[in-house]
Amino acid sequence: MSVDTATVKKIASLARIAMSDADAEAMVPELNNILGWIEQLGEVDTSQVQPMTAVIPNTLRLRDDVVTDGNVRDKVLANAPRAEHGFFAVPKVIE
Amino acid sequence: MSEYRIQGATGEWEVVIGLEVHAQITSKAKLFSGAATDFGAEPNSQVSLVDAAMPGMLPVLNGECVRQAVRTGMAIEAQINAWSRFDRKNYFYADLPQGYQISQLYHPIVGEGRLMISLDEKDADAETKEIGIERIHIEQDAGKLMHDQHPTQSYVDLNRSGVALMEIVSKPDMRSPAEAGAYVKKLRSILRYVGSCDGNMEEGSMRADVNVSVRKPGDAFGTRTETKNVNSVRYVMQTIEIEANRQVDVLEAGGTIVQETRLFDPDKNETRSMRSKEDAHDYRYFPDPDLLPLVLDDQFLADCRASLPELPDAKRRRYEGDLGLTAYAAAVLTAEAETARWFEALMEACGDQAMAKAASNWLISDLFGALNRLGMDIEDSPVSPAQGAELLKLVADGTLSGSLAKQVFEIMLETGDDPAKIVEEKGLKQTSDTGAIESVIAGILDANAEKVAQYKDGKEALFGFFVGQTMKAMQGKANPQVVNELLKKALA
Repeated sequence: MSVDTATVKKIASLARIAMSDADAEAMVPELNNILGWIEQLGEVDTSQVQPMTAVIPNTLRLRDDVVTDGNVRDKVLANAPRAEHGFFAVPKVIE
Repeated sequence: MSEYRIQGATGEWEVVIGLEVHAQITSKAKLFSGAATDFGAEPNSQVSLVDAAMPGMLPVLNGECVRQAVRTGMAIEAQINAWSRFDRKNYFYADLPQGYQISQLYHPIVGEGRLMISLDEKDADAETKEIGIERIHIEQDAGKLMHDQHPTQSYVDLNRSGVALMEIVSKPDMRSPAEAGAYVKKLRSILRYVGSCDGNMEEGSMRADVNVSVRKPGDAFGTRTETKNVNSVRYVMQTIEIEANRQVDVLEAGGTIVQETRLFDPDKNETRSMRSKEDAHDYRYFPDPDLLPLVLDDQFLADCRASLPELPDAKRRRYEGDLGLTAYAAAVLTAEAETARWFEALMEACGDQAMAKAASNWLISDLFGALNRLGMDIEDSPVSPAQGAELLKLVADGTLSGSLAKQVFEIMLETGDDPAKIVEEKGLKQTSDTGAIESVIAGILDANAEKVAQYKDGKEALFGFFVGQTMKAMQGKANPQVVNELLKKALA
């Protein structure tokens, strides 16, 4: 598997990363190197091996259904570029 | 029911429908944070730093949401996956601060199940159809955008952000708006019985994405469109009708259907394309590295199963079989969990199964009639089940006639008083005093000698007239049975 400039630009756009043509061009061989390495890993037969999700035996911990948080509107909005009347305010997005 | 077909210029078209219902899981706190979920709070007041996706925040799964999803799966006889996992669905939108929604694409918590819909309102078992359910997965809700508060800005409220949803995905098994409507109603009923979702479509606790395609009967599936966020049973049915007719028009004009996302506009009665999200379908799902797989042990599953209530179909059949109610009455009483709960409290207060028919008739016609008039739900009924039972007992033991009971009931609605007290204070007791009734009858027969003669000549329909006059003269308080007997004797 390999990528070309068009694919790199599409991935950048999906991830909302601004990228000049020159940068995208330069990124192609870098990504292809990484993909090549991943493909090399793929050569190992893991059909009999369970995927490992943690290095120690561990399962997901569950929380009780209790309200312990919230009511911190000022903190939540503190870093917003723009906030009005208790809302985040963003450039108009409408369907 | 005859098959639903759209008549096109080129012949008949069949409609194929699948629904993805998003149901808000009833919980106090959010799916991955400790913020509250109450409806209608001040904007951004129920938002934790987790919900606002501040750097370094980690999600911790709410066990109650897992329990409710599993119980819902069990209620639709679905396969429960003891091993499931959360994935990130990546897209950028102003209502999604994380830049991804935590969902379950590859390993949902609930697999295939089914539910039965009834297509005959009078008798739920007369015509049924099984609708397959593909899966139920757990995911986060997004925030809410308001576009009408400012000329150039949209306002974002994250109170809903991170609230737990179940996405319940049906198979494309429905073939008409009526079937889809019945499916949503049945699903809503089951969710409310189970208690996993309040089913309140006005508040957005339940909404449907409606997948519609059309085909010539017998052909392979056509290309479908998905109409998003339809928020009432009526709108679901309208969306299907409008969208299916639109597709038929496009196809018959030589066009093709594009697989796309659409919006339903109830004001214009149309669906239209949401073209702005062209790239949005590339969600680049991957397992969420913040969350380990969710593993459910046998004890957890057993507890979920043991906590399930009697479900609507089982309850309906029991009401028909054990209580001898009509199919219609049983269906009405069991459609909503609250109604069934009220009826069972009423029966318990009556303390006699033989009163089931009288109780169901009274609840369905008198109580429902009054609540309708008052614009109230049964949970807010001004008359309690115990008071209803007392009223029914007063009818059963002959203290009240049917018409007196209706009068007493009206006073109960107004004052909230107990029926026995009302009967005592207003003197509404039915009388079986034969002496008093006989003297009234004698007066009426005297005053209507002509009609008495006609009756004796064989015009027996006049009997009802004499009963009516007697009851009227006694202000409805005479025992109708006694009146009947005494009248027959007097006219013999």
